[in-house]
Amino acid sequence: MSSVRVLVGTRKGAFILTSDGKREKWDVAGPHFAGWEIYHVKGSPVDPNRIYASQTSGWFGQIIQRSDDGGKSWFQPGTPAGEPTTTPEGMPKGESNKFVYDTSPETGKPLTTHQFYDGTAKPWVFKRVWHLEPSLDNPDNIYAGIEDAALFQSTNGGQTWNELPGLRGHGTGAQWQPGAGGMCLHTIILDPSNQRIFVAISAAGAFRSDDNGVTWNPINKGLHSQYIPDPNAEVGHCVHHVAKHPSNSNVLFMQKHWDVLRSDDAGDSWTEVSGNLPTDFGFVIDVHAHEPETVYVVPIKSDGEHYPPDGKLRVYRSRTGGNEWEALTKGLPQENCYVNVLRDAMAVDSLDSCGVYFGTTGGQVYASADGGDTWAPIVRDLPPVLSVEVQTLS
Amino acid sequence: MIRVVMPAHLRTLAGVNGDVELKIDGEVTRQSILDALETAYPMLRGTIREHVSGERRPFLRFFACGEDITHNSPDDPLPQEIASGAEPFYVIGAIAGG
Repeated sequence: MSSVRVLVGTRKGAFILTSDGKREKWDVAGPHFAGWEIYHVKGSPVDPNRIYASQTSGWFGQIIQRSDDGGKSWFQPGTPAGEPTTTPEGMPKGESNKFVYDTSPETGKPLTTHQFYDGTAKPWVFKRVWHLEPSLDNPDNIYAGIEDAALFQSTNGGQTWNELPGLRGHGTGAQWQPGAGGMCLHTIILDPSNQRIFVAISAAGAFRSDDNGVTWNPINKGLHSQYIPDPNAEVGHCVHHVAKHPSNSNVLFMQKHWDVLRSDDAGDSWTEVSGNLPTDFGFVIDVHAHEPETVYVVPIKSDGEHYPPDGKLRVYRSRTGGNEWEALTKGLPQENCYVNVLRDAMAVDSLDSCGVYFGTTGGQVYASADGGDTWAPIVRDLPPVLSVEVQTLS
Repeated sequence: MIRVVMPAHLRTLAGVNGDVELKIDGEVTRQSILDALETAYPMLRGTIREHVSGERRPFLRFFACGEDITHNSPDDPLPQEIASGAEPFYVIGAIAGG
């Protein structure tokens, strides 16, 4: 009997929502890590009991949590209690919540600064982990996207982390600027068919590595952002999220600050596919589990208001890979709704009838068990939802 | 034994219910208390002092015997009442935010 496990990160803790394959009745567990901001929770695709969580706080900094039993219990995969903080040689020991930028002459140079909002140069300072992406073949191998933007990797189940410095140091890093939410690396996509990794940074753009994260190039040709000095610049675009169907190595879908776009050449070029959307501003974007050309977005009104147009919460679905969009409204509030749906807060399951899930800043988590035709809230009153992921269990 | 009182979130993280008791060999200072605390409870590393810089996190302060010692040198000896365990060493989180 199949079942699903929805992993929800919120401003005040993590919640785990479970149901059988019918997805009609739900059990709600949590809050885990009550009172902490949980930016992201994600399970390993090869060991669903292995789940990682990014727990963060303006008071106490970053914590990485790990569960090996499907979220029933959690621990920090760092140094056991009582062990010394340094090696016998006196060097600091790696720890599970320690993210240190690579400054070594061999791999971390040349070290650059990035730009602040006003264009002044700022050094990189670690703030938090936005996104955790377990690898496709090893539960101990996991990537972390952080603010200030960089990509880190752990190969020992989250005990220690090392930067993949080729991204930050490939040449354009000095031009990156923060978006309103900070300069965050929020999207990590691993391609199952090759050694490609895609990442997206707000507000720098999208980047691709063809060699497992060693070397990187910007992939922003075709992006047009009127709010930056050069609207067609190589970097500087505020990419909100990128999605990809696992079966198709070359097709990517992007929700940018303005514009919904697609690429058919692994990001080498992009074409706008906003079509008949009521607004092409938004944060989330995702792809149907079994239909690589079926795409979902949630249009949000402008970059200043950040709520649905006309107070109507509508998911838009394109079955043609963009341009032609239909509003999905059954079960969603169609008046007086002024919530937002943040960039990592939509996911799909892989059951035969694809389930689609999204969370709102109003604390609702909505589910559709029929590909978006009808919706119902799983929960209505959680803290503001930061992220939603789904595990399909058999 | 030194007694340390921490904010609730750090107690939860460390898996303790109340005060933490620490044994410290040598001079009792803020530095030696925090070093001992992080050795006994490694999950707290980085939460009170930032990993790389070692700097106190901005929303935290330290009190001893009713005095705010946040801006004193971390190597200043603390009062005998702290060293003897008669008074706890406080890590205080700012009352702020939502």
